[in-house]
Amino acid sequence: MTTTSDTRNDLRTPPRTQQRGVVGAVSNYVDERTSISGFIKLMARKVFPDHWSFMLGEVALWCFVIILLSGTFLTFFFQASMAEVEYDGSYVPLKGLEMSAAMASTLDISFDVRGGLLMRQIHHWAALLFIATIMLHMARVFFTGAFRKPRELNWVIGFLLWILAMGEGFTGYSLPDDLLSGNGLRIIDGLIKGIPVVGTWTSYLLFGGEFPGTQIIGRLYTLHILLLPAVIVALIGLHMVFLIVHKHTQFAGPGKTNDNVVGYPILPVYGAKMAGTFFLVFGVIVAIAGLFTINPIWNYGPYDPSPVSAGTQPDWYIGFADGALRLVPPGWEFVLFDTYTVSMNILAPIIAITLWIVAVMFYPFIEGWITGDKREHHLADRPRNVPTRTALGAAGIVYYGAMFVAASSDLIATHFQMSMENVIWALQFVFIVGPFIAYFITKRICIALQKKDREMALHGYESGRIVRLPGGEFVEVHQPLDEYERWRLVSFNDYKPLMIRPNARGQISPFERVRAVLSRWFFEDRIAPVTRGELEASHGAHGHREGANEPDLHQSELATAGQGVGAPPHTKP
Amino acid sequence: MANDGSGSDIVRADSSHGADASPGTAVIAADAFENPGLPPHRERVTDLDPKADRRHERVVSLLFYLSIVFSVAAIAAYFAIPIVENDPWSVRLNTLFLGLSIAGALLSIGVGTVHWGKALMDNAERVEMRHQTRGTEETRARSVEIFQEADKESGFSRRSLLRNSLIGALVAAPLPAIFLFRDLAPRDNDPAAMLAHTAWKEGVRLARDPSGTPIRAADVTLGSVFHVIPEGLEESEHYLEEKAKAAVLLMRLKPEDLNVSPGRETWNYDGIVAYSKICTHVGCPVALYEQQTHHLLCPCHQSQFDIKQEAAVIFGPAKRPLPQLPISVDSEGYLVAQSDFHEPVGPSYWERRGDYDV
Repeated sequence: MTTTSDTRNDLRTPPRTQQRGVVGAVSNYVDERTSISGFIKLMARKVFPDHWSFMLGEVALWCFVIILLSGTFLTFFFQASMAEVEYDGSYVPLKGLEMSAAMASTLDISFDVRGGLLMRQIHHWAALLFIATIMLHMARVFFTGAFRKPRELNWVIGFLLWILAMGEGFTGYSLPDDLLSGNGLRIIDGLIKGIPVVGTWTSYLLFGGEFPGTQIIGRLYTLHILLLPAVIVALIGLHMVFLIVHKHTQFAGPGKTNDNVVGYPILPVYGAKMAGTFFLVFGVIVAIAGLFTINPIWNYGPYDPSPVSAGTQPDWYIGFADGALRLVPPGWEFVLFDTYTVSMNILAPIIAITLWIVAVMFYPFIEGWITGDKREHHLADRPRNVPTRTALGAAGIVYYGAMFVAASSDLIATHFQMSMENVIWALQFVFIVGPFIAYFITKRICIALQKKDREMALHGYESGRIVRLPGGEFVEVHQPLDEYERWRLVSFNDYKPLMIRPNARGQISPFERVRAVLSRWFFEDRIAPVTRGELEASHGAHGHREGANEPDLHQSELATAGQGVGAPPHTKP
Repeated sequence: MANDGSGSDIVRADSSHGADASPGTAVIAADAFENPGLPPHRERVTDLDPKADRRHERVVSLLFYLSIVFSVAAIAAYFAIPIVENDPWSVRLNTLFLGLSIAGALLSIGVGTVHWGKALMDNAERVEMRHQTRGTEETRARSVEIFQEADKESGFSRRSLLRNSLIGALVAAPLPAIFLFRDLAPRDNDPAAMLAHTAWKEGVRLARDPSGTPIRAADVTLGSVFHVIPEGLEESEHYLEEKAKAAVLLMRLKPEDLNVSPGRETWNYDGIVAYSKICTHVGCPVALYEQQTHHLLCPCHQSQFDIKQEAAVIFGPAKRPLPQLPISVDSEGYLVAQSDFHEPVGPSYWERRGDYDV
């Protein structure tokens, strides 16, 4: 590091730190031109907390890198053109068939480029995994409350990334111009046409004329490899910047507070684990791609508006949208003023999906408004400790899940020998009633788990040792928790329902009334964390009984409790 | 920044940043537990036993060497298992061996690196303090000041004429972009009008899809089903676009099984009926015909149409029946269309009127 000299014209070399050798010379060269040492000082020893669930977002990030790498390879061979060509590649069954250049070049990648099929399958599998890990990551953030202040905006950025990732998935899926993806586009065309007022023209402009036209593949290609990736890269960058600014959340635990981060520094431990994770993810995806076929377009053939195969399935992440379309009962379409057709059989699913997506996006703000909590939260909640949120999350998953499963209604019917109608009716029921059932059950489970935690914190855990007292009574010895284990059970945020009070003018605004209702719904069933007073009171009761009868036993149990013999393992040994 | 992890800076979980920030409806018990601080660090076996340390080191280096072997194997597989023309099996082997060796190379690096990190690198937990996300009061005051100074120096607030005209210009500037997108699709066409018509017209023969050979009424036996396109469609300039509207399913039922509504008595020929193949929900081809029940099923969203009731919807999200193509027979015994469909085929759209003559 250099220090500034006192006088401007002093040209003497200030004292320097400089390592010798090539590394030192190169570092010096770079730093003197980039100031990178300041960045290293700031970043390289940053501490990251460790938990398996924190890896999900990281896996998503590496999936994206793998998608970029494999996708770049594919662009060298793929032709995003709908010009008609006669296929003349290695795959005999399709030889001589008229198809688009896009389809023909995809077949060439699969059958005439060594490793091309592997790359295609790496790209496709990585994309499937990308969206899956994004959603698991979102679920982790949701259920641990890691979206609370100050991370609400980063939740929204992550949410946008999820939507964009699905857009990338769909545009990429359509590019080979095979029969299956063409039917997917046909459905998109039908969906767009169903939008009131602007639908017909939107579809006309998007497809460059009537469906399917000769434009759509080229347009989707531009979106797929240029616009969407650029936005995704920018948003991932922003996502990471906020991660650095906020520092990562951590689970409550001994020594871990809202004001610190306990974990391992980026250099070397966390960096090694992250780099290792990249290779692990890459390796697993390549292994899957080498072993399992995905999207065998040569079986489907080129797009033709007339044929279709039974049991068509979209890629999994579009399943919920496809399923929503299937859940609509017959007859949901009407004509307005004898002139305009309103397709509720298209609009209703779009609305159902949009409501869900909007709820996901705004949830952090809604919960923040209900609790009125303006503090920063860096400690992740255990899902059980916020029963209503966890139950809402479970309800949302069932709502999504019903639509997702409905996308396979025909396959479920054929595989399980049921009638298609019954499968749809059952799923319609699950779609509407399921979320309520899931909400109720989850909430009860959470509260039961909280009660169990409370019980453990107050009375210790059951040791399994049955002792006969002199009076003939049998008791099971309860081993008290050590302070570290107890802290894990008692350190959580606790809220009480909002009590509405009139404002300065003696009025209660309707806004506050709504907030009070929501707050009551959220926090009415609450299990407060155990306090020291409660623990002492419970020990007093124990002492009276056990202490009087078995003082030695009690003492010895207490003495061994912290030493880990038969004690439950700490979360962070 | 990182201290030694002794936990000397421990603060209660609840006393979070910005003690002045409102906790809302949060409850903080006066006698809540104190954070006990970090538990004592536990040594790993590699910390305690130098032999174990060396063993793990050997394992990790072995994995890295293994990775090199796999990478070389991948290159070898690339040449040793070439893709042979007209031999799909060679593609499979090429993909399999390339994939497994590359995967082996990557996984070995991954496992080795993670194991190095977990077993051999210093694993003492570090503690880093957080800072409140909001800027300090001085910083915030200074940013406000900067904006005020900039406002004063530029006259942004004071020169309201300049400001407002600039805002107007900035609003107007992107407007041309909206118009630039008009030529995404050809001019001088009304999409709604185009959707209302197909390639069918009076006298066009019904031809097999995709061969294009016309169909004699005599070929259509009871219970059979034909995938049909208009004859001569392959010469069309917009083959796929026309086919996406004109695709038809042809079936023959017993004449007494058809429930023909008034006005459609002449639309079938001796129990042979033709219906649009394009689903009235979102436009998938309704390609599955159940011979026994005479139901058509759309494989995309499971709308079902009953041919005995003029393709009325009996299940699924579709609302309208599949439009019927009126057919008859020409002098040579071939099936021909009497006219175009009497209503637009395929999915609904906003401009689709409800008063079609059907």
